[in-house]
Amino acid sequence: MMFTKKFTAFLLSAAVTLPFVLTGCHGSRGLDPFVIPEEFDTSRNYEITFWAKNDTNKTQTDIYHQAIEDFQAIYPNITVNLRLYTDYSRIYNDVITNISTNTTPNVCITYPDHIATYRTGTNVVVPLDELFANEKYGLGGSEVRFDSPAKDEIIPQFLSECVIDGTHYALPFMRSTEACYVNKTYVEALGYTVPDVLTWDFVWEVSEAATEKNADGTFRINGQNVMLPFIYKSTDNMMIQVLRQKGADYSTAEGDILLFNDTTEEFLYTVAEHAATEAFTTFKISSYPANFLNAGQCIFAVDSTAGATWMGTDAPLSDISEENLVRFETAVRMIPQFDPDNPAMISQGPSVCMFNKGDPQEVLASWLFMQYLLTNDVQIAYSGTEGYVPVTSKAQSSGEYQDYLSRSGEDNDHYYSVKLDAAKLLLDHTDDTFVTPVFNGSASLRSAAGQLIENVTKSVRRSETVDDAYMETLYADITSLYRLDSVGTSVSTGKTDLGPLPPAAAALLSVLGITWAGILVYCGRELWKKRKK
Amino acid sequence: MKKILALIMASVMMLGVVGCSGGEEAADVKSEGVMTYAEYAAAELETPVVVETYVQAKQGWWENQATLYTQDKEGGYFLYNMPCTEEEYNKLTPGTKIKVSGHKTAWAGEVEIIDSTFEIMEGNYVAEAMDATALLGTEELINHQNKLVAFNGLTVEASTDANGNEAAFLYNWDGSGEAGTDSDLYFNASINGATYTFVVEYYLCNETTDVYKAVQGLNVGDTIDLEGFLYWYEGAQPHVTSVIVK
Repeated sequence: MMFTKKFTAFLLSAAVTLPFVLTGCHGSRGLDPFVIPEEFDTSRNYEITFWAKNDTNKTQTDIYHQAIEDFQAIYPNITVNLRLYTDYSRIYNDVITNISTNTTPNVCITYPDHIATYRTGTNVVVPLDELFANEKYGLGGSEVRFDSPAKDEIIPQFLSECVIDGTHYALPFMRSTEACYVNKTYVEALGYTVPDVLTWDFVWEVSEAATEKNADGTFRINGQNVMLPFIYKSTDNMMIQVLRQKGADYSTAEGDILLFNDTTEEFLYTVAEHAATEAFTTFKISSYPANFLNAGQCIFAVDSTAGATWMGTDAPLSDISEENLVRFETAVRMIPQFDPDNPAMISQGPSVCMFNKGDPQEVLASWLFMQYLLTNDVQIAYSGTEGYVPVTSKAQSSGEYQDYLSRSGEDNDHYYSVKLDAAKLLLDHTDDTFVTPVFNGSASLRSAAGQLIENVTKSVRRSETVDDAYMETLYADITSLYRLDSVGTSVSTGKTDLGPLPPAAAALLSVLGITWAGILVYCGRELWKKRKK
Repeated sequence: MKKILALIMASVMMLGVVGCSGGEEAADVKSEGVMTYAEYAAAELETPVVVETYVQAKQGWWENQATLYTQDKEGGYFLYNMPCTEEEYNKLTPGTKIKVSGHKTAWAGEVEIIDSTFEIMEGNYVAEAMDATALLGTEELINHQNKLVAFNGLTVEASTDANGNEAAFLYNWDGSGEAGTDSDLYFNASINGATYTFVVEYYLCNETTDVYKAVQGLNVGDTIDLEGFLYWYEGAQPHVTSVIVK
């Protein structure tokens, strides 16, 4: 009898405590929310890490180093350790890996799409609105030791891109858009004039004209064996911008997937038509647009304005040998448009976010460094490395930057005209830029949009039939590949498929079930005994 | 008598074993429906190909895709982003025989197989590096694309970074990388008055490998022997796997 009582007590206590044990096992609570300290404790030393992305560009890495050196001179108690990446996706992957071990960097170059995923952890990414407004340490704060921009000095369009679910989770660092780099010499040789605003019809028409060959099999326009008239670097952007220009759906702000619509299909058939004649190809299929453009093997090369230093005969950066370089005049234009009077182009470029830590003082030190990246010195220097534009009006309107813009073409290095034209393109059309909604899974949707174009182009080159049946299969494949059927679900319900239950959890749950079964058996037995009495 | 008989039988068996082994070395017999290397080389770009080949090195596994340097006894095949689980990837070791079905394509001059599927087969072959020193700068070199090759007796030449500084090697092509990051190493080496660029591809040989460390220790003027896979990017750009300073 004693044994039964003890056993019953054990069962009861197990039943009460196990749920807590299980709760404890199933993921940690995460960090406490960051609270801004009253004062920044300068009596302590801080070591923070900054994961940055450069475009395989030595000048950019030099500027990062200079920025860190200058910041450390102002705040000698803060040491910034730089880790360089050349690929956003690698940063993304490493951050995801490090979230689970709480070893994220302090400050990180990123895209808002990625932050949406980082935020699935508890208090992982620091919300910035309170920091922005903090009187002492906020943007333009009284205790900030450098000339920090005020919030209203950040270009509103760019700052708004850092809002997720109504809260700022990043600061813009640099902004770019896409440009079409045109071999004007060849366009004119084909009997056309490059318009101020390229239309899709114009680009397709000239591209088709450029596929004409001589009797010996060489292309008439360049006399070479290779001519890929229209090459698009980022097909993700290509599809997204076409949909925006056409006023077609892509996704809702909440994450409902609307990509597979009539406009998408219509454009994919257009892509197929021009891929069939090899008037159109992509970076993923052929190689860098700049290499073909500079070799006189491409007429319309669409790439980021942050790739301008690679474009054109006199480009300061080039990946092809001197003997393959062809002389031509380069024109920089907006990406092709459907409605030239209402152009639309994507806003892109690196932002910076900050990860939460157990020590609020360390987070505050990180915030100060993050702000420093928006000072004129850093903004003007970094934007000059490519066709980027500074993200603050303070930098854009400064005498130094205006002087830089006015000296286009003075040399083929810092004042390289194609680079400056690319930057001016965005400065002139900031109001025509847009971004896509950010939600957990928006990065996958973005990739899916581009993959549609890649697949259609590849299929046509492989002589496969692109018809309605093909499209149906394509949509199913892409939906499956990028798990788009679960993207909307995870956003709207906040639930994610976590896969099979871990064995330890399954075992514990089994014990819980057995415990409850034991309790029920015991109670039943007691009840039966009482009734018997 | 018994001893003599046993000796004869053992000898016959030994000869049989040697014969079998020699046969495998001599002829890389392909399964039905599988291309020989010559057929693969002759195939048009963007057409389906089926090959049997042997893994020589792995460049990396990323988002359920593997990139591999493979070779049969006739030539090399670069398998780019081949769908592959991590478990499958771990089974692929140097010498593993695989049958690959995919499409032949070219990217910046590099001929590769993409959109492929594969299966592991019985068999093993690890290629010896072919001495291609004499082929440097010739049109014949491209015929050995993707094979493991050796270049011997080259002299390290100075590389110049984007700021005009000279060094025996650069982190990334313009010196924009750094030690401790995922930077490729670029270095120049010459022979017979011509200079060529070589790369230690980080994802093939990272900073823990002997070759990465060897290149970090190079000095201008060193005489070196190299081995690597004859990768192509806008021209020959061998992905070096071994550097020996003479």
